[in-house]
Amino acid sequence: MSALLQPALAAGSAETAGHYAAASGSLSGLWLLIALPLLGAAILLLGGRRTNTWGPYLGCATVGIAFVYGLVSFFTLRGQTDRAVDLHLWTWIPVNSFHVDAGLLYDPLSSTFVLLITGVGFLIHVYSLGYMAHDPRRRLFFAYLNLFVAAMLLLVLGDSFLALYVGWEGVGLASYLLIAFWFYKPTAATAAKKAFIANRVGDVGLSIAIMVMFTTLGTTSFAGVFSNAGHLTTAAATAIGLLLLLGACGKSGQFPLHTWLPDAMEGPTPVSALIHAATMVTAGVYLIARSTPIFDHTDTARLVVSIIGAVTLLIGCIIGCAQDDIKKVLAYSTVSQIGYMFLAVGIPGAAAIAILHLLTHGFFKACMFLSAGSIMHAMNEEVDMRRYGGLRTVMPITFACFTAGYLAIIGLPPFSGFFSKDKIIEAAYDEGGVRGWTLGTIALVGAALTAYYMTRLMAMTFFGERRWADDAHPHESPLVMTGPMMLLAVGSVVAGFLLTLGGALQHWLEPSVGPGHEVGIHTISPIVLTLLTLLVVAGGVVAAWVQFGRRPVPRTAPVAVTSVTLAARRALYFDALNESVLMRPGQYLTRALVYLDNRGIDGAVNALAAGIGGGSGRLRRLQNGFVRSYALTMFGGAALVVAALLAVRLGS
Amino acid sequence: MSSFPWLTTIGVVPLIGALVVSALPRNRPQLAKQVALAVSLLVLVLTIVMCAGFEAKGPRFQFVQAHDWIPAFGAQYAVGVDGIALVLIALVAVLVPVVLLASWYDADPTPHPMAGELTEGAEIVDPPKRGVKTFFALMLVLETMMIGVFAATDVFLFYVFFEAMLIPMYFIIGSYGGPKRSYAAVKFLLYSLFGGLLMLAAVIGLYVASANQGLGTFSFDKLTQLEFSHSTQIWLFLGFFIAFAIKAPLFPFHTWLPDAGAEAPVGGAVLLVGVLDKVGTFGFLRYCLPLFPYASRTLAPYIIVLCIIGVLYGALLAMGQKDLKRLVSYTSIAHFGFIGLGCFAFTTQAATGAVLYMVNHGLSTGALFLVIGFLVARGRSRLVGDYSGIANVAPVLAGLFFVSGLSSLALPGLSTFVSEFLVLVGSFTRYPVAAVLATIGIILAALYILLVFQRTMQGPLAAAYTQMRDLQFREVLVVAPLIALMLFLGFYPKPLTDVITPAVNATMQDVGVKDPAPTLLSHSTTQRR
Repeated sequence: MSALLQPALAAGSAETAGHYAAASGSLSGLWLLIALPLLGAAILLLGGRRTNTWGPYLGCATVGIAFVYGLVSFFTLRGQTDRAVDLHLWTWIPVNSFHVDAGLLYDPLSSTFVLLITGVGFLIHVYSLGYMAHDPRRRLFFAYLNLFVAAMLLLVLGDSFLALYVGWEGVGLASYLLIAFWFYKPTAATAAKKAFIANRVGDVGLSIAIMVMFTTLGTTSFAGVFSNAGHLTTAAATAIGLLLLLGACGKSGQFPLHTWLPDAMEGPTPVSALIHAATMVTAGVYLIARSTPIFDHTDTARLVVSIIGAVTLLIGCIIGCAQDDIKKVLAYSTVSQIGYMFLAVGIPGAAAIAILHLLTHGFFKACMFLSAGSIMHAMNEEVDMRRYGGLRTVMPITFACFTAGYLAIIGLPPFSGFFSKDKIIEAAYDEGGVRGWTLGTIALVGAALTAYYMTRLMAMTFFGERRWADDAHPHESPLVMTGPMMLLAVGSVVAGFLLTLGGALQHWLEPSVGPGHEVGIHTISPIVLTLLTLLVVAGGVVAAWVQFGRRPVPRTAPVAVTSVTLAARRALYFDALNESVLMRPGQYLTRALVYLDNRGIDGAVNALAAGIGGGSGRLRRLQNGFVRSYALTMFGGAALVVAALLAVRLGS
Repeated sequence: MSSFPWLTTIGVVPLIGALVVSALPRNRPQLAKQVALAVSLLVLVLTIVMCAGFEAKGPRFQFVQAHDWIPAFGAQYAVGVDGIALVLIALVAVLVPVVLLASWYDADPTPHPMAGELTEGAEIVDPPKRGVKTFFALMLVLETMMIGVFAATDVFLFYVFFEAMLIPMYFIIGSYGGPKRSYAAVKFLLYSLFGGLLMLAAVIGLYVASANQGLGTFSFDKLTQLEFSHSTQIWLFLGFFIAFAIKAPLFPFHTWLPDAGAEAPVGGAVLLVGVLDKVGTFGFLRYCLPLFPYASRTLAPYIIVLCIIGVLYGALLAMGQKDLKRLVSYTSIAHFGFIGLGCFAFTTQAATGAVLYMVNHGLSTGALFLVIGFLVARGRSRLVGDYSGIANVAPVLAGLFFVSGLSSLALPGLSTFVSEFLVLVGSFTRYPVAAVLATIGIILAALYILLVFQRTMQGPLAAAYTQMRDLQFREVLVVAPLIALMLFLGFYPKPLTDVITPAVNATMQDVGVKDPAPTLLSHSTTQRR
């Protein structure tokens, strides 16, 4: 399939470093997309208190303008024949054959991401005006959000793996800063650190992948690597693929590096919506979709991507069923939905479907997170769903928005999730054989579980009796918050339909990720599969409704539960495992080494020094009359030099 | 202009400044500080002018001067810089004024103006210090020595500077340091003298070996043209290497650094770790590799093992430290592992990365030491455990601490990333396993930085520090240029790589190695590029 991607690259494939057409016209200002939010962040960070009053509005404005410019660029790209343009900015790292340019690649894939990031980003910025209105440090909040948007845009616009890496760690930094925004809470600080470290583990994979690319192909630019992907041996392609996957797992919260994502909910809710649901955590999917030409040479790595996705989607679903914290449920839901994307992006020709799900998920998950934020705002920051109930009537707009997101995620037609999730299940089954049946069935089971835990969330939050704390007086949020929620709700309803109308997204993305997989004979006919999916979804909904909608919900979590529920509540013991396998031994190792370094190596050297110096008494005397002794030593040394040199001179 | 003795001028100006400062009346400490700062700024300006005149594509050594010094054994006063020495001299010129301004009150007999009320158990009682002007004069003397050691192109002259450099640093640690300063200063001195002794033996041996070939010389240029027998190379290499490894310091020669770094006054610690230690890694590239190519090639794999151990060991130990300054010292041991790896991986990318790393580490660790110095001056404690939630009262201090920390963990966008990645990618092409192990170091780096940041800056505010004042303008002014430089060089390192790469290419040619070609491209396509 890499041959099919060749037209995207300009002629001259005989050269090792392929290249894209140069950006011109209105596209030559693409750097502004990144520069605008970066400037916003810089002004807010350096401007100090002077910017307190207007700073948040500036933060919104930079992203809003970037969105408008993103739209203009999108239509410019659509209007021209070259569907991939490169903007060379400057020479970044030139050391002989290792030559990295700072440049941007604007193609259908990156243009799609630009719209998602700036569009959803802008809405969430506006929402934050209301959500963070009473926080004395909101100027910094907007600075960090702007920084995030800039880094995320660099991630999707960079034209080399190294430029991507800068954005990749940049979003990690912004994520750290925002999770730890309320740094005085130890839990927030710990969660932020955990997120950064888990990401760094993934980054090791990404950096080594880049090193392998340079060692084997002598380049790290997308153009160079992809046009030479044909030279890769299967082993090299598999190695690169798996290393990239490690990076993707870290960033996207996939098994086994998924445990940081639920903890990241310590950050303010707009952060959870933007970074930990709609955009940053999907960067792993972007990375793998972007690297399609490499994955085309390694079936093994593709399979592993799908398996990781399948495992993660199950883990996320199972844990999500037992959580009582509304944000944790949504977080595990994100983990699991990104699992779907990984499952899809691993399937040959299904990358566009993964991106489709990424986009629809961006809408409905952001919508649900912002609605959850609206609820927390109304309930004195309460997150325990056992203390909710009956909110349907007091917060009608929030309820309506959340419902739109809910119907989208469980995949009810014609809501957006139906179009994307259904396609993933179909693509999985169409793989055929054991692989297809296993992946497809996992995806199907996941759909049922998703319906279950989301219905549970709806029932516990919006229906049933009011189990509120005594001082809770819930009220609907102001327009500055509900406005963005409603727009995202509209997106949750229509995005799937619009994006698949006439295969729109599929065709649009073809120059970037290759053509879709044409299947002659489906494993299961799509109509049957759709009906089957709807059936299991209905099963999940009914089961949850019977359990949580029809019966009263206890205000505290029941103690007498099955071991499965207990395991799910404890997040399947992954944290305990990390603690006992990595953290504790690490601490012991560190302590032992500190001891050894003081007693062992340093002690040995000290003893040696004392021995040479004629016992420790000599050492002590050195410390007392140190000036004289030192001068003497120096003088003696110098005399020795001269004498020795003269001796040599005379001797020869 | 080309015949103007730039290097001699830049080297002598601080020495004259030191004499002026020490001649000033004892009761005018403020004047001594101002004069010293002015002199260091003059050196900075001169250095910038000189750097502007350096031609990246010109001869290997520029601003060359040579005069007979001790004709009896061919020792010359010979100076000149290649791109490597040039950027390190520039680093010296940038760091000294920064350090002087940062140390403004550090030599004062009175308590630091920022110091808070003494709290029970959380205090450092510094022993009395020598005079203020002596401190500033010593700093300037040190600057002369540091410039000289990088500028020397005569091995004997280099050795003299290498040893003489110890004297001012010894007094800076021993007379202005913390409670255990005597121990630390003597330990520093003994280690260094031991290394110096080995180097002296090797220097003499080098002379003998050159004399045996009919050309008794210390001139670097002439020495590189000689071919020594394999066994001679190994012995001489080891002499130089161990001296440099102690200075750098590489594992297992590192144990003096945590003591010296912790006990030295902050300004001294910055110059010690930021510059003096670089003489070791500079020595690898300048002397070990070109003079003893066979020995270098033979011993490189063993040295790389030491470097990898250093990377992981330093990072793990940094995590376990309770003392902030010791912690930074151990992070430096990890960083020196990276630099050593870059020097001995024998690719131009790794070696260029190593040189860049030397510069960036000077800026990065400098910033980190300085910010920690500000914190310790306020809190009167070096112990991590005494602090908590400082960001609540001193957000600017916390912010600068964080950014300095990010540079230490080599976040992309900051210059340290460029150098670290160059070292890693360059090493990978020849030693993939070593590079992969070193890459694990980037996780550990994130751990040691974020752990200490969380423990000191985040969380609830420690009761003892509710009155802590945030940074003053002077203090921000000190760190800001370092951070601005790191940001600029993070996105645009080309001005540095352009001058470093030719020097590195020449060094690799001396060693007799070529960069590996891309393994999966056919030979013909490689050549066409």
